[in-house]
Amino acid sequence: MAQRKADLTVGLFMVAGLAALLFLALQVSGLTLRPSDDSYRLHANFNDAGGLTPRARVSMAGVTIGSIREISLNRETFQAHVIMDVNAGIDNIPADSAAVIRTSGLLGEQYIDVSVGGDMESLADGDTFYSTQSAMNLERLISNFASGQ
Amino acid sequence: MIKWLVNLGSQGRKFLESLGRSGQFLFAALAGVPNPRVGFPLLIKQMYFLGVLSLAIIVVSGLFIGMVLGLQGYTILSDYGSEAAIGQMIALTLVRELGPVVTALLFAGRAGSALTAEIGLMKATEQLSSMEMMGVDPLRRVIAPRFWAGFLSMPVLAAIFSVVGIWGGLLVGVEWLGVFEGSFWGNMQSSVSFTSDVLNGVVKSVVFGFVCTWIAVYQGYDCVPTSEGISSATTRTVVFSALAVLGLDFVLTAVMFGDL
Repeated sequence: MAQRKADLTVGLFMVAGLAALLFLALQVSGLTLRPSDDSYRLHANFNDAGGLTPRARVSMAGVTIGSIREISLNRETFQAHVIMDVNAGIDNIPADSAAVIRTSGLLGEQYIDVSVGGDMESLADGDTFYSTQSAMNLERLISNFASGQ
Repeated sequence: MIKWLVNLGSQGRKFLESLGRSGQFLFAALAGVPNPRVGFPLLIKQMYFLGVLSLAIIVVSGLFIGMVLGLQGYTILSDYGSEAAIGQMIALTLVRELGPVVTALLFAGRAGSALTAEIGLMKATEQLSSMEMMGVDPLRRVIAPRFWAGFLSMPVLAAIFSVVGIWGGLLVGVEWLGVFEGSFWGNMQSSVSFTSDVLNGVVKSVVFGFVCTWIAVYQGYDCVPTSEGISSATTRTVVFSALAVLGLDFVLTAVMFGDL
């Protein structure tokens, strides 16, 4: 009888541990179990990627529509090349839309905001944003202001 | 001077001998895989003593540490108007550092000392040698189940500690101090990564569980079989475990997060 009680409580203990790990995975780290094939990739080249990091969000009108997969340096143009995953449901982004790097709040992280264009055609998998706007660099802004440009 | 050198040499030799014995001991305890029909109930019993009975101290400490993190984080972050970042602060602190480390320290104090005293008393009352007389290997029968039970319980306890701590932080930050719950979870989810934060925390707790249980069972098995011997072995278990956990934590953090 004592052995069965120990069996039961140890079983509950292990289940509680697994549940805790599951909670850490799903609720705390936001890991989703959806397959990765319901998104498509878009590219963008920026003169200055600033503090943009992989996994940062891509948003449109303040709503998150995807995330950043990879940031690398384009060796020919010396620009930052950003690859992002956009939800497959958002498949009608006008082709002349612009990708803008913005900061959420004063101290928040940087993200890409897609400002909508007016083209009838839309961006498809593998396409590149034509117009981009780099991260706002406070020091550059102040030095431009100070030198009167 | 000569005396001092001799003393130093014999101390060093004793230390090396002890290290060698503990290595052999670990190998013997792990290599002796017991018969699953006999060994499994023993393992369950030890997991009950080491894991389930440690739950109370782990849950209460986790709750209070999470609540303190919530209060402290709110006071600092609200100076910069970014108290919404409290969720990611609490989660990263707990999952990466405090969860594994504090759980290991509490585990060494609550379960490690008990292991050492129990095995030490078994040795002092010659239960271990009478087992050998009966042809039962004490390493398999006594040490191996305790070792595996500690090793398996530690990550479970650390995960529960982190979850309870995050809930404590939620209680203070969201319920009492009025941080918006959506940004609490949202900031947490965007900054905590499953592989590099949660899994690294689990790896840490597995390493700490291994080291703490190894120290505890070895100190018990190797103690001088007198009452003073058992008491000094129990002290050594807690001191060595705490030092090993904190030292290893620095090494593991440097490898995992430090880009060294």
